[in-house]
This record gives sequence, structure tokens and C-alpha cells, in this order.
Amino acid sequence: MLAIAGTVPSEGFPLLDGEITLADDHIRICDERISVNRGTPALMAAAIKTADVLGQPAPFGYLVGDIGQGKGSRRLYKYLTGHLPQSNFQTLTFHYLQPIVHWHKRLQQVIYEIKERPVLIADAGFMYVAKMSGQAPMYDLFTPDIGELAFLADEKAPHPFYTRGFIQHDENRVPDLIAHAYDHNNAARFLLVKGKQDYLASREGILETIDSPMEEALEAMGGTGDTLTGIVSALIDSGMAHSEAAVVAMKANRLAGHYAKPTPATQIMEVIHRIPKALLEVLEKRG
Amino acid sequence: MSFLGFFKGKQKPGTPGDNGSADRGIMVFENTSEVIQAENVLKRDEWEIRVMGPPPEIQSGCDLVIEFPLIEELNMLRTLERQGIPPLEMVPVTSPLLQPVDLFQIKDFGEYIMVRAANMKLTVEKATGVIVNVSGGGCPDVPYLAYEMVGKTLIDAPSPREIGHTLCGYALQLAFEEVQRQC
Repeated sequence: MLAIAGTVPSEGFPLLDGEITLADDHIRICDERISVNRGTPALMAAAIKTADVLGQPAPFGYLVGDIGQGKGSRRLYKYLTGHLPQSNFQTLTFHYLQPIVHWHKRLQQVIYEIKERPVLIADAGFMYVAKMSGQAPMYDLFTPDIGELAFLADEKAPHPFYTRGFIQHDENRVPDLIAHAYDHNNAARFLLVKGKQDYLASREGILETIDSPMEEALEAMGGTGDTLTGIVSALIDSGMAHSEAAVVAMKANRLAGHYAKPTPATQIMEVIHRIPKALLEVLEKRG
Repeated sequence: MSFLGFFKGKQKPGTPGDNGSADRGIMVFENTSEVIQAENVLKRDEWEIRVMGPPPEIQSGCDLVIEFPLIEELNMLRTLERQGIPPLEMVPVTSPLLQPVDLFQIKDFGEYIMVRAANMKLTVEKATGVIVNVSGGGCPDVPYLAYEMVGKTLIDAPSPREIGHTLCGYALQLAFEEVQRQC
């Protein structure tokens, strides 16, 4: 089973865990619901849609409200360190959590001790803290955009906010940035780099590049990286090989974006609605 | 921090700091929200300060520090204590500080303009000034900022400086200011 841990932008949202469902463009968990805007709810919605297409069970969610002060994130880190040892998830995806190095270290210690180690996927704030902690290699997949890739490539940067390695987000630099990230052990086993072109890479270099369909407007839309991470998480959890899941996810996410006929003002739910159609099409072509 | 501790931490004259200068210190705060509040207070009073990345030995996560002229440390400390946001530490700069992003990327979509600052992107409809999308970032205030800002005009939207808490929020503030200059 896939478990997804992250935050929602509502200060009063309680810490909850349980099966997540999608109804009326809202994520439902326990007796609470939260609109799918971007961030972890968008990742969850994409994972739910993908699991549904694959005939897999709905993902499990760990959610808490956090508007950036880190209080909710701290509670969730603490909760996870207590609960993950008793879990038996095949795949764990960590998302929008406040990057807090010491809490990440405690959580990693717990994960190390799980008998059958799950597949570990990190994006957003949790990917930042995994790199800051020097623990990136223990992860199976990171899903950075090009700016975040530059951050991974810069062994001194504690956050993508800093300039070093961040002067220009030039797609031509992607192979160098990937190599640099691996040279300094700041990358997961696989990197799925989101951008004008999407790249799948490993320590061996770029394994696959996907550049169509191309929708320029998607760059402005919040949540397209979240949906990509949600799709690939559910695909990997279904048993698909990591590299194959990444390629299918890249293609399906781009196609769903294309079907949404996006403008820079389009909101992410328009893409999420089209994931099943896009995913089925990609899976059928793959045979 | 006590005044005694404060003086003990002071760098000896002539010891080189950032860029060979011995005259700069950094203020360390509990969290980024306090950094942003302190920056507002100090800039309002026209102090010569810069928000920077912390040196590696004090990085703990989503961090910012304020670089300031050491000669002004007592005055600044008094100002911040009056505002209820005293720094945790004020120490001399002993190693190069990370430079926050100061480059913007601007993309013209015709009816829309998108400004990127570091890892954050803000998109506005040119004709109306309405913020139509916020993307990028990874800290938990990004979805919150998007929720509060999208659908509002640049005039009506709350600024990330007021309601943001993290480095991503700070980067979005830079994009917000740049898009205001552009529109």
C-alpha cells in the first residue's frame, strides 16, 4: 500500500491518518475534507486517480494543517516516528513538510529500522530536508524541477532560495547538474526532473527524456509537479519498475495537462480530472 | 541573549569576516517569520542590513539570518527588543554567507506575465492585475499563500511578507514585488 505524508494549508486542520478518497474535488480523510488546490492534496488526488485506473486500493494519508510556521509539520514528524515502525507500507511518499533537519534524522532512523524497507519517494520540503541532512541516497526517487535540481547539485545550498548553482535555470545544464548532484551524494537513486522537458536520471546519467506534448502554460500552473509525484508514487506502488513508472508518469502527466487545454490561469484540478484518460492512453500504447 | 554574552561574542578588531571585512555580524532568530518581522522593523528605521543565508555551522533547516553592521549592534538590539523580537544570537561574520537570489526570470504569455524568483513563480493577468497562479516551492506556506493570493488583484492580495513564514514565502515576496514593478 502507498502512504502519503504532507500538510494542508489550514491552521486548524487536525493531524489525521487514514484512507484517503477524492469526492467533489476535495480530499476526504476521516471526517475531514480539504479542497484540492495544489500541494499535498493535489499529489493525493493524482495518486487516487492513478490507483483507481490500476485497480489498486486507495492510498493511506497522513495529513496535518500547517501554514508555514512548522507547528503542524513538527507534530507530523513526531507522529510518524511513533507510527511508521508498526506500518507495512510498500511505498512511502513524503511531501510538503517544513524542512527541519533534526526531525528528518529521527524519522530516518525509524525508517532504517523497519524490517522490510518501503520504497521511499520525496518531493517538495521533504526533498529539501533529505538533501540538507546528507541523507539523499537512502531515497529511491526525488522529483525536483530544474531549480530544485540546481539546489541538489549545489553541495553548499541549504535551500533553493540561495543563488549558488541557481544563476540560470538553463535546460542545457541539466546533465551537468544531475552529475554534480550524484557526485556529492545529494540525489536519490532515481531523479525525475520536471520541466520543459522531463528527465529520468540515475547515477549513470540521463535514462529517458520526454518532451511532448508541450504546453508552455503548464509552467505557470501550481500543482503540476505534485500530480507527477502522485502518479509515479501510485505506479511504483502497483509493482511497476521505478524507471518504467517514471516514464509512464511523465507521459501521462504531460498528456493530462495537454487535454486540459491550459492557459496560465488554469487550476490543477482541470489536469487531475484528465489523468485517467491520459494514463489509460499511455498504458495502452505501452502494450 | 545577555549583553555580556553579546560582547563576548564580538569579533576582535581587524579579524577578517565576509569578503575580508571585520565589520559585519549576523542576527540569528527562532524562525523565518521572526527574520521577516525584524527585517521590516530594521528597514523601516533605515538600518543598513541584508537578509542572507546562514553559515553552515548554524543551518538547521529553512533558515535566513540578518547581516548587519557590528558597530550598530546595541542600537539594533534595543530596537528589536522594543518590538518583542530579540534575536537568539548576534555574532560576527566569520565565513562567507550565502547570497539569496537576486535574479528574476520573466516570461510573457501574452495576456499573462509570470515572474520567477528562486524556486517561486507568480503569474498575473496583465489587464486586470489579478493573480492567477502561484507555483513552485516546497515549504508548507506555499499552498497557503496560493490559497490567499490567487484570484485577488496585486492591490488587494496580502503580501507574502505579511503572511508567509519560510524561505519559499520570502522568494514569493520577491516575485510579488517584481511583478508589481512590471505591471
